[in-house]
Amino acid sequence: MSANTAKPRQSQALRDPTAAARASKGWWRANKWLLLRRACQLGLLGLFLVGPISVWLQRQGLLGRAWWPVEGNLASSLTLDTLPLTDPFMLLQSLAAGHLPEAAALLGAAIVLAFYGLIGGRMYCSWFCPVNPVTDFAAWLRRKLRIKGSRTPPEGIRRWLVLVVLLVSAATGVIAWEWVNPVSMLHRALVFGAGAAWGVVAVVFLYDLLIAPRGWCGHLCPVGAFYGQVGRGALLRVAAPRRRACDDCMDCFQVCPEPHVIRPALKAAGQDHPVILSPDCTACGRCVDVCSQDVFRLTTRFNRSEL
Amino acid sequence: MTDSTKPSSSSRRRFLQQSAAAIGGACALGLGVGLYGGQARALASTALRPPGALPEEDFLAACVRCGLCVRACPYGTLKLAELGEPVPTGTPYFTARTVPCEMCEDIPCVPACPTGALDHTLTDITQARMGLAVLIDQENCLNFLGLRCDVCYRVCPVIDQAITLERQHNPRSDRHALLLPTVHSDYCTGCGKCEQACVLPDAAAIKVLPRPLAQAKASEHYRKGWEEKSKAGGSLIGDQVKLPVRGLDEKAAPGGGEP
Repeated sequence: MSANTAKPRQSQALRDPTAAARASKGWWRANKWLLLRRACQLGLLGLFLVGPISVWLQRQGLLGRAWWPVEGNLASSLTLDTLPLTDPFMLLQSLAAGHLPEAAALLGAAIVLAFYGLIGGRMYCSWFCPVNPVTDFAAWLRRKLRIKGSRTPPEGIRRWLVLVVLLVSAATGVIAWEWVNPVSMLHRALVFGAGAAWGVVAVVFLYDLLIAPRGWCGHLCPVGAFYGQVGRGALLRVAAPRRRACDDCMDCFQVCPEPHVIRPALKAAGQDHPVILSPDCTACGRCVDVCSQDVFRLTTRFNRSEL
Repeated sequence: MTDSTKPSSSSRRRFLQQSAAAIGGACALGLGVGLYGGQARALASTALRPPGALPEEDFLAACVRCGLCVRACPYGTLKLAELGEPVPTGTPYFTARTVPCEMCEDIPCVPACPTGALDHTLTDITQARMGLAVLIDQENCLNFLGLRCDVCYRVCPVIDQAITLERQHNPRSDRHALLLPTVHSDYCTGCGKCEQACVLPDAAAIKVLPRPLAQAKASEHYRKGWEEKSKAGGSLIGDQVKLPVRGLDEKAAPGGGEP
């Protein structure tokens, strides 16, 4: 990201990137997409927890019958006893490890692939992944505490990691990423019980906070990289239709988990239309929130109009 | 010309350096994961897999650790391993001494498995082989001491086939019988009811172990003479040579002299 701005750099470092939008648009509109995402993340977790909670209520004698709208976890689940959903990256590793899954898992993975392929690949990361609130919190705290140091891993490592994980799965005959995957560990911890999984989540948090800004989700996680590739042609995109109104305040770059995706659309660097087409964009909509000039909006990849 | 090649060669160098760093880093991480996985794949001998589970090495390729089998189990037998437990993290298991498998006739955990890590061809629970019961502590087993505990035998869902009581002479009293609980691997499903029911405090005298740990295998070329003989309807090498035994020539050997 390059600071192509007339304002002095020092003011950016000390600036709260959400303040300007809050002042001009009000608190609700300046946090609209963030609140929607949190509601989505909590709602998803809630669906998985209805079953266990209803069992608990049943044991307390407060409920006649337990009800399970969703069983399982993010690795594979069954909704309303009919809809199977399976993590396609995990299934790919299983195939690489030499196991041909039953039809339920294949169908579940196909549905998930179709959804993210059509709607938005890395929307998984910002709208559903349980690690997102953790790394968002780390990024927020990093800004608040003005932690400067940054040792980001080499560019593109996560895409290679997708390949390497598949190769390791093939070589060892095990679904390899599951030995360490903080995404499934955290979700399992929340739905089934934790053990030492909190330690892994804490490591991710501290890594993002102290070592590499947005290090896990933005540089290392092969699950996110996989969904990014899945969603290369996905429909839902962030665009900067009012980019002429941009006052170079850099607030969007400050809050964006993948800041390099903004410049081509906002500053017409290497493309002429204002749509962010990079597979790295998670369509979290935080740039829409924090822009006091209303430059950004969530739209489809075909809507290339400018306002 | 020279002006345009210079920046492109330096940007090419930067690209190569970045790519090398990314590939190297990814390989290092992958190697770490692979090596850690090699260490962490060991399954504690007290942990038993659900019915129909593929052999352990295939199981870890197939199980996505979703917990649908855990949810399907009506008795709360199955658990997903938490990080730090001596079972590959997130995979389902049960501990026989605490909550054994109740051997449901419809085996709900098996069709619940979306990947086939639990083999869907298992439809008869008596064909499940979750482990093998072994009467491991003969010094403390009450029946081996000459008492009639029999609890493991009584609770066995495959009673008189998977566990039988074998009568033997009790040499200590010299006038009583020992009724020894004896497990038969052809019938034992490894459900763990015997281990759970064993009346001894703390550890049980009879334990369900993973089959690879509990069982040896006869060499491929071994043949049991008496089986071959009954199959063939007579000895394959001609009848045994009758040797003269001085003074006992006319008497039959005890047991008929069969091998």
